[in-house]
Amino acid sequence: MHKFLENLLKNTPVVLDGAWGTQLQLKGLQPGEVPDSWNLTNPNKVFEVAESYVRAGSKVILTNTFGANRVRLSDLPELANNVSEINKRGVQISKSAAGNAAYVFASIGPSGKLLMSGDVTEEELFNAFLEQAQALAEAGADALVIETMSDIEEAVIAVKAAKLTNLPIVACMVFDCGKEKDRTMMGNTPEEAAERLISAGADIVGSNCGQGIETFLKICERLYKASSRPVWIKPNAGLPVMIDGRVCYKTTPEEFASYVPALISAGAGFIGGCCGTTPDFIVQIVKTVY
Amino acid sequence: MEDLKKLSDAIINGDVQTARSVTESALNAGIDPVKIVHDYMVPAMNEVGRRFDCNEYFVPELLLSARAMKACLELVKPKLVSGGVKAQGRVVIGTVKGDLHDIGKNLVAAMLEGGGFEVIDLGVNVAPEKFVDAVKNMDANIVAMSALLTTTMPAMKTTIDALKNSGVRDKVKVLVGGAPITQKFAEEIGADGYSENAPGAVALARKLIAA
Repeated sequence: MHKFLENLLKNTPVVLDGAWGTQLQLKGLQPGEVPDSWNLTNPNKVFEVAESYVRAGSKVILTNTFGANRVRLSDLPELANNVSEINKRGVQISKSAAGNAAYVFASIGPSGKLLMSGDVTEEELFNAFLEQAQALAEAGADALVIETMSDIEEAVIAVKAAKLTNLPIVACMVFDCGKEKDRTMMGNTPEEAAERLISAGADIVGSNCGQGIETFLKICERLYKASSRPVWIKPNAGLPVMIDGRVCYKTTPEEFASYVPALISAGAGFIGGCCGTTPDFIVQIVKTVY
Repeated sequence: MEDLKKLSDAIINGDVQTARSVTESALNAGIDPVKIVHDYMVPAMNEVGRRFDCNEYFVPELLLSARAMKACLELVKPKLVSGGVKAQGRVVIGTVKGDLHDIGKNLVAAMLEGGGFEVIDLGVNVAPEKFVDAVKNMDANIVAMSALLTTTMPAMKTTIDALKNSGVRDKVKVLVGGAPITQKFAEEIGADGYSENAPGAVALARKLIAA
C-alpha cells in the first residue's frame, strides 16, 4: 500500500465527508445542471460544501469533480473542452477549505457509458480518466478516489490511468444488484472486485452509494477479507422516497452513525456518506468514533 | 425440430452468429415465422429473464441475449410483415428532462426490441413535449421513461401531465423505471406500471398491451 495511506491509517477509522451533489442542490443546483460546472461558475457555493464537512470533522474531503471526465461530458462541448480546468478548480476549492485540517482525495466517477454496449472504447475511457487524473494530480490532490463504479472493467481502466499519477488510489464499486444486493450491476461479487481492483493497482477498495447503510456490513466484511486492507465505505442515507412531491432521504444522522461501530469491526478504515448525507451525519460519525 | 432448439439455446447463450444462421435456415426451409418467434424465440427470452431473476444472469448476459434476439427478429420481421403480423407494440422511450443517464434506458430498449416491440428511442434529457409529439406522430402505444437522479424524478409526473393536457394520455400505457423509482412513486404520479429491471419491463409491457 502507498506510504501516505499507511500513515493516515495509523488512526482509524478515517472520517470522510458526506454527499456533495445533494448539498449543492440545496444551494440551488438545478436538475440537469452539471454539478462540476459550479467549480467555474459558483466556486463559493462549492467551497461552502467543502468547508461544512471540514467543520463537521471530516479528516478527508473529496472534490466536486465526480462527473468531470470528457466521455461523460461529451454532449456538452463547452464543459468537455474545459475538463482540465474544472478538475483543477475542484481540487483548489477543496484544498482551500481543508487547510491543514483535512486531506483532499479527488473524486473520479464513472463515464456514464457502457463499454460492452460499444458506446465507448477502452482507449477513449483510458484517455478520459488519464486526462482527469492528471489535472487532479497537478492541482495537488493527496489521493484519487474512483467511485460509484458499476462496471469492474471500467473501474480497472480508471485505476490503471489514475495509477500513472503515482498518487494513492482508492477504488470503490456500487453493490446493489442481485437477490442479496451484493453484486455490481454487471454481476461481480465483492471478492471479484477486490481482486481485480487491487491487481490493477488500487491501494484501497471499497463500496459507496447503493442501498442503505445496513447492507454495507456484509459487503465491508467481504471486501476486507478479500483485500486484507482497511475498507473505504460511503453509504447513502437510505433509498430516496417522495414526500409531497419532494425527494427525501429517511435515514437520520443518528441511525446512520449507530452502524459505524459494526462497520469498524467489519474492517472499515474510512467511513463517510454518499447521496443524502449531510455535515450532520459526519458530526454524528465523529462522535461515535472518537 | 432439433435445429430450432439450437435457436433457443443460441439466444439464451447470447450467441448472435448461431442464432442468426439457424433462423436463416429455418426460414429457408419454409418454417412459419410466427412459429419461430412464438415457440422458440420468445420462450428463450423468457428463460433469460428467469435466469436474471435467479441471479444466474446479470446485465452482460442480458445484453448479449437481447442482441441475439434482435438479430433474429430482423430476419423474421419482413416475413411477419408480409404475412400481416404486427409488432407487439410501439414504444417511445427516453430519459426524462434534466437527466443525461442512458445505460438503464438503453438496456430496457434493447430488451423491449428483443421482446418483439418496435422501439423509438428519443435519447436522454427528453422534454415532456418531445414525448407528446412522438406519441402523436409515431402512433405509439407505450411511453417508457427513465430517471436515475432523484432530482429528475418529478419530470416523470410533468411528462404524464403533458400527455394528459394534450389529450393523448389514454392512447398510451406509461411505464417508468430507474434506480430511485419505486412502485409507490409510479402509482403516485399516475403511471401504469413500474419495473425494477429490464426483463421485468418487457413482461410488464406485454401485460399492459394485452389488458
